Amino acid sequence: MENTSKRYWKGVEELRNDATFVKNANSEFANPDPSESSNDLNGLLGGSNTQRRDFLKVMGFGMAAVTLAACETPVHKAIPYINKPEFTFPSISDYYASTFSEGGDYAAVLVETREGRPIKVEGNQQSSISKGGTTARVQASVLSLYDIDKLKGPKRGDADIDWATADREIINQLNSVAGKNGAIRIITSTILSPTTKAVVADFVAKYPSARHITYDAYSVAGLIQANQSSFGKAVIPSYDFSKADTIVSINADFLGSWIAPIEFMSAYAKGRKIGAVGGGKKTMSRHYQFETGLSMTGSNADYRTAIKPSQEGLVVAALYNKVAAKLGGTSIGTSSVEVANLDKAASDLANSRGKALVISGSNDPNVQTVVNALNGLLGSYGTTIDINTPVNYRQGSDQQMNAFINEAKSGQVGAILFFGANPVYDHPRGAELAEALPKVALSVSFADRADETASLAKYITPAPHYLECWNDAEPKQGYYSLTQPAITNIYKTRQFQSSLLTWAGKPNDYQTYLKNYWEENLFTEDTGFSSFEKFWVQSLNIGVFEPNKDEAPTGGASFVGNVAAAGAAIAQRYKPTTGMELSLYESVGIGTGAMANNPFLQELPDPVSKACWDNYAALSQKTAHDMELAQNDMVTVSVNGKSIDLPVLVQPGQADNTVSVAIGYGREKGGKSANGVGKNAYPLATVADGFIMYTAFSAKVEKASGSHIIAQTQTHDTVMGRTAVLQESRLASYQKNPKAGRHEPKVQTSKGPTDATNITLWDGYGKPNHSWGMIIDLNSCIGCGTCVVACNAENNIQVVGRQEVINRREMHWMRIDRYYSSDAEAEDYSALEVASANPEVTFQPMLCQHCSNAPCETVCPVLATTHSTEGLNQMTYNRCVGTRYCANNCPYKVRRFNWFKYTDNDNFDYQYNNDLGKMSINPDVTVRSRGVIEKCSFCVQRIQEGKLTAKKERRRLAPDEVQTACSQSCPTNAITFGDMNNPESTISKVLMVEQQGRAFHVLEEINVRPQISYLTKIRNKDEEPSKEANKEVHA
Amino acid sequence: MLIHSINVVRKMSYVYKLCGIAFFSLMLLVFSNQVKAQDSTAGGAAAAPAGGGDAEKGKTLFTNNCAQCHAVTGEKVVGPGLKGIEERAPSRDWLHKWIRNSSAVIATGDAYANQVFNANGKVQMSSFPSLSDADIDGILAYIDQANKPAITASTAPTGTDSGGPTVANASASSGPSELFTFVLVALLIVMLLVLGVLLVIVTILSKAVSPVTTESVQTSSFGQRLKTGMSDAFNNSTLRSIVIVLFLLVATKETIDGAYSIGVQKGYAPKQPIAYSHKLHAGQYKIDCNYCHTGAQKGKSATIPAANICMNCHGVIKKESPEIQKIYAAIENNQPIEWIRVHNLPDLAYFNHAQHVNVGNVQCQTCHGEIEKMEVVEQRSSLTMGWCIDCHRRTEVNTKDNAYYDKFVAIHRKESKEPLKVANIGGLECSKCHY
Repeated sequence: MENTSKRYWKGVEELRNDATFVKNANSEFANPDPSESSNDLNGLLGGSNTQRRDFLKVMGFGMAAVTLAACETPVHKAIPYINKPEFTFPSISDYYASTFSEGGDYAAVLVETREGRPIKVEGNQQSSISKGGTTARVQASVLSLYDIDKLKGPKRGDADIDWATADREIINQLNSVAGKNGAIRIITSTILSPTTKAVVADFVAKYPSARHITYDAYSVAGLIQANQSSFGKAVIPSYDFSKADTIVSINADFLGSWIAPIEFMSAYAKGRKIGAVGGGKKTMSRHYQFETGLSMTGSNADYRTAIKPSQEGLVVAALYNKVAAKLGGTSIGTSSVEVANLDKAASDLANSRGKALVISGSNDPNVQTVVNALNGLLGSYGTTIDINTPVNYRQGSDQQMNAFINEAKSGQVGAILFFGANPVYDHPRGAELAEALPKVALSVSFADRADETASLAKYITPAPHYLECWNDAEPKQGYYSLTQPAITNIYKTRQFQSSLLTWAGKPNDYQTYLKNYWEENLFTEDTGFSSFEKFWVQSLNIGVFEPNKDEAPTGGASFVGNVAAAGAAIAQRYKPTTGMELSLYESVGIGTGAMANNPFLQELPDPVSKACWDNYAALSQKTAHDMELAQNDMVTVSVNGKSIDLPVLVQPGQADNTVSVAIGYGREKGGKSANGVGKNAYPLATVADGFIMYTAFSAKVEKASGSHIIAQTQTHDTVMGRTAVLQESRLASYQKNPKAGRHEPKVQTSKGPTDATNITLWDGYGKPNHSWGMIIDLNSCIGCGTCVVACNAENNIQVVGRQEVINRREMHWMRIDRYYSSDAEAEDYSALEVASANPEVTFQPMLCQHCSNAPCETVCPVLATTHSTEGLNQMTYNRCVGTRYCANNCPYKVRRFNWFKYTDNDNFDYQYNNDLGKMSINPDVTVRSRGVIEKCSFCVQRIQEGKLTAKKERRRLAPDEVQTACSQSCPTNAITFGDMNNPESTISKVLMVEQQGRAFHVLEEINVRPQISYLTKIRNKDEEPSKEANKEVHA
Repeated sequence: MLIHSINVVRKMSYVYKLCGIAFFSLMLLVFSNQVKAQDSTAGGAAAAPAGGGDAEKGKTLFTNNCAQCHAVTGEKVVGPGLKGIEERAPSRDWLHKWIRNSSAVIATGDAYANQVFNANGKVQMSSFPSLSDADIDGILAYIDQANKPAITASTAPTGTDSGGPTVANASASSGPSELFTFVLVALLIVMLLVLGVLLVIVTILSKAVSPVTTESVQTSSFGQRLKTGMSDAFNNSTLRSIVIVLFLLVATKETIDGAYSIGVQKGYAPKQPIAYSHKLHAGQYKIDCNYCHTGAQKGKSATIPAANICMNCHGVIKKESPEIQKIYAAIENNQPIEWIRVHNLPDLAYFNHAQHVNVGNVQCQTCHGEIEKMEVVEQRSSLTMGWCIDCHRRTEVNTKDNAYYDKFVAIHRKESKEPLKVANIGGLECSKCHY
């Protein structure tokens, strides 16, 4: 400006040299009106009125105050019990046997409590149903106990009331409804507890116009109906996947969500384990999957075929016809369908007659009838299917629920009680019910929060979490288990059963009721106990009572259904389409959405898509390309005039011209972690012939404006032919050579090629006493993510939220890498990045490998990561200065950096931002703060605890005594943890055999000598000679 | 010149002497400290072989079983004082029965038994069915012996018997810091002396350099000479630099030491809500630490006793004391007593009492100091990581009769003749305490 001869004025004021202008010209910012700021105390601290001097004053005072405060050492209190329970010691865990049952999902569990607060849930080995296994939801359930969004007491509308008032008013209204003979309806999800059913029966006895209606958010009513017509039993049979040589599943995600994954996972894995972990077995089951979206179950299948929902019935019928042709049955007249692997599946099924199992996830009774007929032909009943030992996991009736909604709409219902049910949200006709509810005279919800249904009810009488409850469960006929409280009620809540008993005018002590029920109904069985008290204490102690356990499956069942009629109905309904089709599925983590407010589950990536904190429209690569859609583009998915907007996720393996959407998302009143995450897809389900259909044959997918980034924890999909990372083979090759598929890297030296492990820069570390190690069997790992949540709960791992996952800053110490195969040639690197249209999938759990020659240790400038004499790679948080050199140098990318302080931080408002949530913290593990690296410690707190127990008892550690959270929680026992120096431990025994077989280290050629070995993935697929030969040449 | 140089040599020898004295006093300090430690060890060891026979065994039994409720003197604790018990009781046989099962004796309607029972507030005495006649005789012998005047004198050292070695330990562990202060003071003295000497040297050297002024200097008074000397020294840049450097070194050292002591609460002895005295309970009445701190053998936390443990004795004794009334109030109001935590470890450090007390057989006093002499509990150890590590380096592993350590012992014997220290079994590794 100085160089120009022109003069510039800021305005007319400067030109005129106004008095006010001159006054203000020297201050940088214009003075605000003094009348506004002078007496404004806020001006000092907040808003735009803050002046630099004020800021400095405040800052100076603050610094002085902090300095002064820092001189005073904080005073810590030590507060003992007033009356210490005799057998409880602070800092020592107590375990209580209990039962997780949530909407029909079941697991027998042990609850670990510290100073009276549950901190972890483990599987109960005593149960022959869940066999010590758990699922992600079971592991995460402890966090739901400490959910800050729960109600603190009963409510009338928005007003808090006390229990006495609630009881008085509700009883009055119930009586008035019953007096007019008005209908009373109790709407629940599946109730596994026989005693709770007795309570409901007592209530119905008091109010005869009451009726109990059960529905399931993801219904299998069609299967129950089909069994009624096929065998005269309206039940779900027991399935035994371990006895099947050939498994064919049509759209049933039986490992992830269908009926009872916890039971099916372990049985399925038993049939798939080979070599030392499978007891020397060299055969495994063969699994065919015909499905629309790529499910976790489909990812584990040997042969997977993508089919459209409209082909589902036809595939079942065609399979039936093909098997019938081989085994001599009557064929049914449906139009033929051309899909891959159908002939092969049929011939394998026929060949393994008596050891075959066909299941379908369809809710269409006609499809299920044909499946029943097919299983009948194959002789599955009495071998792989036991219909005489039915299971109770799903008892919902779509027809009754439908009838109820019609009743409610027409104003015929006088009172409704909702327990464990949120139909406004999770029923396709929820909106209709929401409209009808205000017209009902009395509506009561037992929900623990004002959810979508409860917020419309007149009263909410919250029921406590299962860890605060007495209850029992009968998941399978003749198999009982007990739920006992591990903590007294946190809030002023009351059990559903106690409330019903109160309103029925009975003594409301449910514990006594439960005990009496067991004495009258179960103690009559041959328990082997002289007194009921002994039997009761023993049952509570071990958690389960299984009188039917030793009974062999009692014979088969003869199919009496009408397969021809079912076939005709299928031919009527399933016709080829040209447009888009929709498939709704239950995701492995969130499920039906009842536990959606659990941040552990929201952040658990989907096993296949690796997406979290969202649901999405999964489209195949071809369909997305045809529609000119890319990942994260918004689309509108509409069915029958109902539509939702979702981001696109391009999913390899998805059937072309189909879209898959997960239910369980889009909660509006679920709590702060659930609300607004994804979109509610339940309204897209339709009701056909009284059954809820989770598929639609004519859906519309249209590009909408904008995009929404889906948070994915893994964005690179394929392994790009890196055999050093993932090693796999086929069963026939494995049978010939147990080392099939192994990649044994050689290094060139002056003396010729040698093993990579022979050349090293390091001296190594002695491991004189223990050498902790792990084996992960890639054949048993089904990718369910239970270990991930178990690790989160055990090690106080922070939830970071969607945006931080997008920023690739998730904190999970354990991740499950999912790799798709690629069709590209080995040299074509860019094409290798693209997954096949229908890829083979491999899951590889990845955690700190505890390298003996650890690259991270070498680069740490402050020795914050060091090696122990027990083979552990130790991480010392208080020494870490956050250079992140270690994370950069880690070949496995398992180190996590705390970019923020995630506790007491409103930007991360999850479990550690409130005192209640912090009660879930494991007191043996430090909660990490900002600026430090963390990673898997091999659960060193458990190792230390196990060693101390042994030392206190003056003995050596028993083999397998110490288990990590992941190995303990794994429902398929894919993870074996133990002391490799102890020849008696399982890990040593397996390694003894498998070191000459399937065991390999990931990235063996860099010779970091991990303590973790993987066992090769073996697929039960026929050899493809041409391609194999090609591979040999490339290798 | 020659004279001057001789002078210098003479002065130099003076410097040597001074240095010698300084070092001598330093060594004296060091040794006297060690001698102190050895003295107390010797005292403890000498006291140990006192007594013997039945009474010795009886003493152990008494401490483990009786001392919680009875004193060997005539003083009443929960039960009556046991001085002269044999003279009071009907017979020794009666005592055998009474101690094994007092309620059975009361039930027989025995007059003396009922009298004792009623006189002591009808508090039932615990039964000791496992004690044999010989055991009880031993206990009686001990009580007898403890009350004989001649022996009473010798019980005083016996009293320190258990505390003896640990006292030595404690003073040894607090030794280095005391020693350190001495060394620091001594060093300062030496430095001042060196400074003085340097001054002298410089004066002499300056004289040697400028012979002209020699005469005037020699004739001038000492005060003047010092004045000139001082100003010369001040103007001498080398000397100035040396002084500055020395000052900076000392200041840095002090700063670093100061920084290291931040957060170290050694000597912290807050006033507790109840004026509980360890000196009385653990010192005078010799109540076993584990009686109240029940977790010390079992878990991470030694635990501060719950009010119901206090009530085991104070349900009867000293009910009227205002301090004990506070416990009653706590129980009545269902409001726990909020003690002030004296020993605070940061959250990032994991410490387990059972590992040290149960497995390692470390005495409480090793870390907590002479707790049995404290009226108010005070933090005696620094509880710094250096302090932990130091102990792990020095302490032998308690491998006796513990099969867990067998493998370590076998390996260590092959490699070394030194005793197996905690450091040898990974006791210095990070994840032993940090996870």
